Amino acid sequence: MTEYSLSHLKELEAEAIHIIREVAAEFENPVMLYSIGKDSSVMVRLAEKAFYPGKVPFPLMHIDSKWKFKEMVEFRDNYARENNWNLIVHSNMAAFEAGVGPFTHGSKVHTDVMKTQALLEGLGKYKFDAAFGGARRDEEKSRAKERIFSFRDKFHQWDPKNQRPELWDIYNARVHKGESIRVFPISNWTELDIWQYVRLEKIPIVPLYFAKERPIVNVDGNLIMVDDERMPKEIAEKAEMKMVRFRTLGCYPLTGAVESEADTIEKIVEEMMTVTVSERTTRVIDFDQDGSMEQKKREGYF
Amino acid sequence: MKNDKTQNTSTDNSPFGEARGTLDINAYLDQDEKKDLLRLLTAGSVDDGKSTLIGRLLFDSKKIYEDQLSALERDSKRVGHAGEEIDYALLLDGLKAEREQGITIDVAYRYFSTNKRKFIIADTPGHTQYTRNMVTGASTANLAIILIDATKGVITQTRRHTFLVSLLGIKHVVLAVNKMDLVNYDQKVFDEIVADYKSFITQLDVPDVNFIPIAALKGENVVEPTTLMPWYHGPSMLEFLESVHISSDRNFDDMRFPVQYVLRPDLDFRGFSARVASGIIRKGEKIMVLPSRKTSRIKEIITYDGNLDEAFPPQSVTITLEDEIDISRGDMIVYPDNLPRIERHFEANLVWMDEMPMDPNMQLFLKHANNTTRVKFDKIQYKVDVNTLQKSSIDHFELNEIGRVVLTTNKAIFFDPYKKNRSTGSFILIDPMTNNTVAVGMIIDKLSADDLPSKIVDDKTLEANKSRIHKGECLISDAQRQKRFNQNPATLWITGLHGSGKNELAFTLEKEMFDAGATVVLLDGSSIRSGLSNELDFSPTDRAEHLRRVAHISKLLNDQGIITICSFISPDENIRKQVIQIIGEDRFKLIHMDATMEFCKKNKPELYEKFEEGLIANLPGADLQFAAPENPTLMLKPENRATNTKTIMEYLADHKIFPIV
Repeated sequence: MTEYSLSHLKELEAEAIHIIREVAAEFENPVMLYSIGKDSSVMVRLAEKAFYPGKVPFPLMHIDSKWKFKEMVEFRDNYARENNWNLIVHSNMAAFEAGVGPFTHGSKVHTDVMKTQALLEGLGKYKFDAAFGGARRDEEKSRAKERIFSFRDKFHQWDPKNQRPELWDIYNARVHKGESIRVFPISNWTELDIWQYVRLEKIPIVPLYFAKERPIVNVDGNLIMVDDERMPKEIAEKAEMKMVRFRTLGCYPLTGAVESEADTIEKIVEEMMTVTVSERTTRVIDFDQDGSMEQKKREGYF
Repeated sequence: MKNDKTQNTSTDNSPFGEARGTLDINAYLDQDEKKDLLRLLTAGSVDDGKSTLIGRLLFDSKKIYEDQLSALERDSKRVGHAGEEIDYALLLDGLKAEREQGITIDVAYRYFSTNKRKFIIADTPGHTQYTRNMVTGASTANLAIILIDATKGVITQTRRHTFLVSLLGIKHVVLAVNKMDLVNYDQKVFDEIVADYKSFITQLDVPDVNFIPIAALKGENVVEPTTLMPWYHGPSMLEFLESVHISSDRNFDDMRFPVQYVLRPDLDFRGFSARVASGIIRKGEKIMVLPSRKTSRIKEIITYDGNLDEAFPPQSVTITLEDEIDISRGDMIVYPDNLPRIERHFEANLVWMDEMPMDPNMQLFLKHANNTTRVKFDKIQYKVDVNTLQKSSIDHFELNEIGRVVLTTNKAIFFDPYKKNRSTGSFILIDPMTNNTVAVGMIIDKLSADDLPSKIVDDKTLEANKSRIHKGECLISDAQRQKRFNQNPATLWITGLHGSGKNELAFTLEKEMFDAGATVVLLDGSSIRSGLSNELDFSPTDRAEHLRRVAHISKLLNDQGIITICSFISPDENIRKQVIQIIGEDRFKLIHMDATMEFCKKNKPELYEKFEEGLIANLPGADLQFAAPENPTLMLKPENRATNTKTIMEYLADHKIFPIV
């Protein structure tokens, strides 16, 4: 007798495809936010699957803080071109031209202006009414209660006390004009699920995830890579070559590497399961006080 | 970490299991890939040790990373409730507000995995807004763990949680009798609680109930089998969760494919995408599309990873059909020999989820199986008290109230009873003003004919109806018929000579009205004479009897709200008066097809030739007098045949005969 049963990954895949199609069916102008990270790469593949053999009926948007690793930007452009994606790249150009950056303005101002504000600006510019994000519930404590369809008011704000009940797989997609929904199709995936899926589906990811000798400076315990000449000389001078990889990707001055020999997915998973340091601690912006992510979410950041 | 057991189990139960020393990561990943997924709900309050149990499951399956642990130790000293021990509950709290209040206020989803399975826990609080939260968590769960404090036994809260779990159709329940350490791991205490709970749960509809004694704080019987309760021979909590059989819980019998998205990348390809809601969809199989009831066969089942021969729930696939059929989102593809209910009226269990109380007169949106339609409440049958299960009558619902209602949707929906089919039996209600999800529902079934909304009446009306039926009075009002048919009944009586073209007018008018949506019946001389009046001839007396019969038929039809078109010569004023008397002046509309004798002779030469030859008699306009009506409603000329029906249609619209709106 055949047993009609799916593996957990196939079940999560089916759930994500259902969510992505639902948004395409219910909203006029959705967009998929693309961070170039491994979670985004998985989400993008799921979108391609959802509409196969057709083309995905919405664009990708990358909010470029102008401080991303060079390899990320290169990967992004190649991926979009090779896979025939409509890619929008949006930056807060006014702030960029005014010289906002993490070295001069600090991580908090930079993140707020070049990421949160730039995102709101981008969403407003194209009047998107739904935006997919690659956030997962297991990433951070405050996300454990996040809905899959997360409602935002017309100022893009998230009110934790005013979220809609979400039952079965019936999603309430009704919004008034100007309001929007952030949608997280991979809410129920864990970090291991993502790696497992990348491995099985042979999904291309940015090489920074794999260990390699890179020029590294130790800044207050964080291993920061010298990615371009904008890093202040007095810091960049101290760089030495180290075998490192990145567990998460973001702005290069704000993203710490980990020392590692893992240069394949299998080795990464092995390392992940034996050396147990939770994923987001290598991202500098989390070294705020408790509940910092919740604060950022209220303001419109993912 | 005080507890030695914690350290041991965390090592033993690492995701690599025994193989940790000589790890083959590829083998591990290959095995991991095949694990299935169990979604479970935990119900109980912090006092029952729920968060501690979850913390243990997560911790002991090595999900909690070292840095989270060190942060935890720091937090425990500050706000912890567990004295010197690690407060596992702190691992689980997300939002600042709930941390400060010390209670959880929503559903939190947790993830962990073991060698055998992946788990998603929907962690719902026992206190505030428990109904709303529990119902949400239960909607996606395969299994529920209901926590009970061994020192307290089955309490009101236990019953409440169990009721909600059964309402949401969860098939597996585990009663976790916690804090066994506080009752000296005494079998008697456990057995009493089990007996007590069993007597309660038999009233409810849960097919699989299990009982496990644990001491979550000590880790006893949570991951490792118990050593302190030798009288217990069952599995530990984790062993049970790893082995419970869930894959046959889904409905594989009734194929339902509620079209979610129509995929049209180019003109040649038309695919229909959805998640298989239930049943098995097979290539080549004959299907029917609802609501159109058109049939075809499944041509392909398409996925990015290759075409399939069959697909099952909860797979998301795209199908193509052999024939080109117009299908849109919200339509449902099924097998023709296994249809769902196709109804506008149904009964459901409703949970009110919104802070704003229900306004029973308000129209809401109902979202169900990728279909959205307007819905109204016909009746609230009763409310159920979740603590006592007592039913009481109410006129509206408030937040967290549950009850049984009768609903009518604007268009028919395709459903199965929730008990049989979770996917096609569930719905949400959305307030069109606020766009909030204000209620959720589980369909019980369609209404029996006696319960249809038009029949939902109190006893007094029921008595009155009885006496009306006794007298032969109809229970449907003219207004109701008017609304149903969107027309006012009338008899369009067309008179004129043989060959005047009245039959042609009658038949084209019937077609045109039918196409426009009218409910119309045509009566003409040959059809009535071939049956009902077949013993009658064309003499004036028999002609009068014939038309009397026609008039009565037309009246009966008009009384049912139907418009009739009657095409009869009806040659004189007396006969027509008799007809008007039967039908009623208001409904009788006389249309005179005014043709000259020359026109008629040209139009029907054979008939008039026969008369000339003396083969027939009693021909109106020839040997029988034809009296043209003095004041017909409409006077038409056969020469205007191109515009005659239009003239009539305009008249009907102007006089609100058809359409009314």
